[in-house]
Amino acid sequence: MTDQIPISITVNGRSVRRFVDPRLLLIHFLREDLGLTGAHIGCETSHCGACTVDLDGMSVKSCTMFAAQADGATITTIEGMANPDGTLSVLQESFRQMHGLQCGYCTPGMIMRASVLLRENPDPTDDEVRQGIAGNLCRCTGYQNIVKAVRHAAAVINGRPSQEAAE
Amino acid sequence: MNEMVITREQREARLEGMGCKRKRVEDIRFTQGKGNYVDDLKLPGMLHGDFVRSQYGHARIKRIDAAKARALPGVIAVLTADDLKPLGLHWMPTLAGDVQAVLADGKVHFQNQEIAFVVAENRYVADDAIQLVEVEYEELPVLVDPFKALDPDAPELRPDLAGKTVGAHGPRKHHNHIFEWTVGDRAATDEAFNRADVTIKEMISYQRVHPSPLETCQCVASFDKIKGELTVHGTFQAPHVIRTVASLLSKIPEHKIHVVAPDIGGGFGNKVGAYSGYICAIVATIVTGQPVKWVEDRIENLSTTSFARDYHMTTEIAATKDGKVTGLRVHVLADHGAFDACADPSKWPAGFFNIVTGSYDFPVAHLAVDGVYTNKAPGGVAYRCSFRVTEAAYCIERAMDILAHKLGLDPAELRLRNFVRRDQFPYQSALGWEYDSGDYDTAMRKAMDAVGYAELRAEQARRREAFRRGETREIMGIGVSFFTEIVGAGPSKNCDILGVAMFDSAEIRIHPTGSIIARMGSKSQGQGHETTWAQIIATELGIPADDIMIEEGNTDTAPYGLGTYGSRSTPVTGAAIAMAARKIKAKAQMIAAHLLEVSEYDLEWDIDGFRVKGNPERAKTMKEIAWAAYNSPPPGLEPGLEAVNYYDPPNMTYPFGAYICVMDIDVDTGVATTRRFYALDDCGTRINPMIIEGQVHGGLTEAFAIAMGQEIRYDELGNVIGASFMDFFLPTAVETPVWETDFTVTPSPHHPIGAKGVGESPNVGGVPCFSNAVNDAFSFLGATHIQMPHDAWRLWQAAQDLGA
Repeated sequence: MTDQIPISITVNGRSVRRFVDPRLLLIHFLREDLGLTGAHIGCETSHCGACTVDLDGMSVKSCTMFAAQADGATITTIEGMANPDGTLSVLQESFRQMHGLQCGYCTPGMIMRASVLLRENPDPTDDEVRQGIAGNLCRCTGYQNIVKAVRHAAAVINGRPSQEAAE
Repeated sequence: MNEMVITREQREARLEGMGCKRKRVEDIRFTQGKGNYVDDLKLPGMLHGDFVRSQYGHARIKRIDAAKARALPGVIAVLTADDLKPLGLHWMPTLAGDVQAVLADGKVHFQNQEIAFVVAENRYVADDAIQLVEVEYEELPVLVDPFKALDPDAPELRPDLAGKTVGAHGPRKHHNHIFEWTVGDRAATDEAFNRADVTIKEMISYQRVHPSPLETCQCVASFDKIKGELTVHGTFQAPHVIRTVASLLSKIPEHKIHVVAPDIGGGFGNKVGAYSGYICAIVATIVTGQPVKWVEDRIENLSTTSFARDYHMTTEIAATKDGKVTGLRVHVLADHGAFDACADPSKWPAGFFNIVTGSYDFPVAHLAVDGVYTNKAPGGVAYRCSFRVTEAAYCIERAMDILAHKLGLDPAELRLRNFVRRDQFPYQSALGWEYDSGDYDTAMRKAMDAVGYAELRAEQARRREAFRRGETREIMGIGVSFFTEIVGAGPSKNCDILGVAMFDSAEIRIHPTGSIIARMGSKSQGQGHETTWAQIIATELGIPADDIMIEEGNTDTAPYGLGTYGSRSTPVTGAAIAMAARKIKAKAQMIAAHLLEVSEYDLEWDIDGFRVKGNPERAKTMKEIAWAAYNSPPPGLEPGLEAVNYYDPPNMTYPFGAYICVMDIDVDTGVATTRRFYALDDCGTRINPMIIEGQVHGGLTEAFAIAMGQEIRYDELGNVIGASFMDFFLPTAVETPVWETDFTVTPSPHHPIGAKGVGESPNVGGVPCFSNAVNDAFSFLGATHIQMPHDAWRLWQAAQDLGA
């Protein structure tokens, strides 16, 4: 067997040190070694984005990255997104208010992606949201309410009235 | 302290009952990544199973050598058909009355067919071991074209059926023939065609596609040798059926099998059937004594578990010259792949395809369906569809447009002239169904008004002139579709799966303090049952929805039900919920009468309790009644307040809708842009309008994907082309159109709350609407029917062929 590689990662604010197989995918490290099962596997080819996590401020598809490559990184997963008091963050609550999810399988990746999108573009248009989440597939919602959710969150974060309403 | 006086409206509102846009309770966990999906489950000592699969579409297996794989550290077992034979599990029965190889038994029938099951300590080692299993093949001639399946010299695909001249659905006329299914009056239909002023005939194909939920099929099987009990967690749309099938196959008594369907990441029909992975994981846990997980990858999902459609429908309509339809004749060539594993009610080899007369008053019709074997994956599932209803709707809606074109009539006008009229319901269709209720004319006219239909046609005429003058290279299409679905399978008189009648069930328990736990035989895969089922109970029993816990998917605790697919949950389970609630309400009324010292007949229901008629101050809330039910029931009445109902529906329900699509197509690139898509749905009583709209958005997006790009294609050698998200078209947010939704409400007269179901309507109506828009765009250039999928390449080719 190949020698294991030592890695040191900060995940959701917690420092983690482990020895991993060189070929261990980051998604399996998160899900199986750390028990963070929020990020999902939908395609193994980086098309669907269900495995999206935040790595050093970037959206990363953790199914196509080795855990060893994340050595030294700071990672946030969906489990690290709620407010410190355990309530839903604005973005999470917006997905609920706008009915931006159905089966919930794409949702963690979608929210992680949307959080980076809103950091990069705090007040996106519909088209900018659609472009911004184009790397994340959803089979249930048809995206319309996800777009609403992201724009609603932007409005709340920016302190102005939201134009969005779930029908 | 003064108690706050609350109004009737406030009492009603706090229930969050039927008709309100209640936010989903599921979302609290899903938005935090705290859903509980199968692959999240990790049991002590759990092993991982994975398949060795066939490279070839059709080949004899000369040798399987798993020695090197077995020698790999971390590999526990490698199972082949020979290992399953002593257990009688190398073949399994399908839902359609055929048999299917669990692991290839001397022969492979389609590419990626399961050959061996490797069980290892983890996913990575299992994958390594797969590469080490040597399979020696002898290639056989491959049959992928269903139109050649019944040729006299076509290769024989199923030697295991040799000499079997009668299948599960009647005589077989060829070695690759599965069944012929006919419905309707052939002679009267022929006569209608003989007398017709106008006829059309077109071969309308609905290509092979795949439901492709974002979560693939998977399970964890765990056998307790001491107790002799099997627990299977899996992606099951119908967990009770899986339990029964598992018991029949494994001979483990059903009470010792615990099937659990946790949160499911989308189903769309993919997760109804029983697959080799489940069987092998069960065998492997029994053999090893350790839990075994099996998780499909995406390529395996797209290429092996459950395709949909692959129907080739030769369609003829007879009509008068003023556009009144007089007869419908359809022959379907149905490509079922290598095994007939269609997930239809057992007596329906082509599902409910005989809804093909659609929304129109055909006096006579005849339908014949021939099912054939090819070297393709088995399946034929109801992908967001009630058993071939999508195919039927596509068939009739395309054919009506072709007829309109031939008659020089507007497609909407032709539909209006032929609709089943409101006063004809309940309506007996020429192919045997009794439509429960409908108001098609109102829906169609509302849709036309909403989009400004006449002005759109005028714009189209102007743009066609501009195109002819060479001023634009863009053509405009207006797609109209009007669908009638048949959902809610189904009445036990004609619907069963392997002999199990297709009822569904609900059990409601009110606790002493007035909160509720309720369990159903259905299983949500994203439909939001935990939210909507509570709304039905809230309205029926006057307990706030927030005080009602809904639980599905655990076969130990939930009453037996047939699960969730074919838009059957609201029509069947929803009815069971209302009926169980009404049993409770009847007992509650007795208790209230006792508490208020009046006769039951002096009481009336009022939002959240019973009050004395004419004296509304004297009342008992359901919460008060619940306490009394346990602690001071009337003499002679047993304590407690709970009920179960198994609901056998008297009829199907028939949702309908009018959809209109406006599309612009660039003839030089083939790129189609959906300018507008309007969808009016009538699903009867609306339980949660927010969730209905979400279902419509999702179904339309799947319809868009199917019509505009999806196809599971095979080359001549039987190689499956494009079985990954690289090639199989799943639209992103960028391609997906913006949806406009609308509704009318025509309740079902036979359903306790009048609801009809909606989940599949948008897919059923959406696909023909998109395809009609494309065909409408090209019609002035001479096109009659352009086959799906309408991707840019094919649309560009169509434009070239038409000299555009």
